Amino acid sequence: MSMLHTVNKSPFENSTVTSCISMCAKDSSILFIEDAVISVMKSTKFTEMIESSLKDFKMYALKPDLEARGLSLNNVIEGVEIVGYEDFVDLTTEHDSVQSWL
Amino acid sequence: MKLGILINEGPYQHQASDTALQYVKAAIKKGHEIYRVFFYNDGVNNATRLATPPQDDRNITKEWSELAKNHNIDLVVCVAAAQRRGILDKGEAERNGKDSDNIEEGFRISGLGQLVEAGIQADRLITFGD
Repeated sequence: MSMLHTVNKSPFENSTVTSCISMCAKDSSILFIEDAVISVMKSTKFTEMIESSLKDFKMYALKPDLEARGLSLNNVIEGVEIVGYEDFVDLTTEHDSVQSWL
Repeated sequence: MKLGILINEGPYQHQASDTALQYVKAAIKKGHEIYRVFFYNDGVNNATRLATPPQDDRNITKEWSELAKNHNIDLVVCVAAAQRRGILDKGEAERNGKDSDNIEEGFRISGLGQLVEAGIQADRLITFGD
């Protein structure tokens, strides 16, 4: 049973990113969208948490949302995959279910 | 694959309706079937045809309406959430003694059972909200 988790709020704003990472099962995938895309940037206080979680989860960030916020793709943590809306669709269909953290 | 979509957020809160729209467009492009889009809570505010955003602003109600028309998508607005927020079709306006309706073409008002049904019938149910 594989699950895709989507998170849409910045970890600087609330705790959904940290809750998601602490609660979701190993081998789940996490897709960062909307304001949550800032989670995958290098040199923030959440970088270490994301980097160490990459051994347990696959992580993705939505490219249009990174670009809309002026976040450089070069500053995305290595190992996090940058995806578009069509990849978002593939992720939802490739996993057995989708959990949106709101 | 059959996809169900739940939208819990209006057009001027955060980004949920926009993300959902882009997701649905991408899903259609990839050949998936959108079983239903269900608008719940403040998401019902996506359905008013009386909203008149500036011309250089995106008009997400029109975009949903056109997408529904072009791809035969079932856009369902929760009746209880809609009544609270003044979103009415002709029947609801008459039933509640209001002087007009305001629902955009392509949307229809129905009950929460439609969301449950989408959850059962669709292969995936994806939630967009706050």
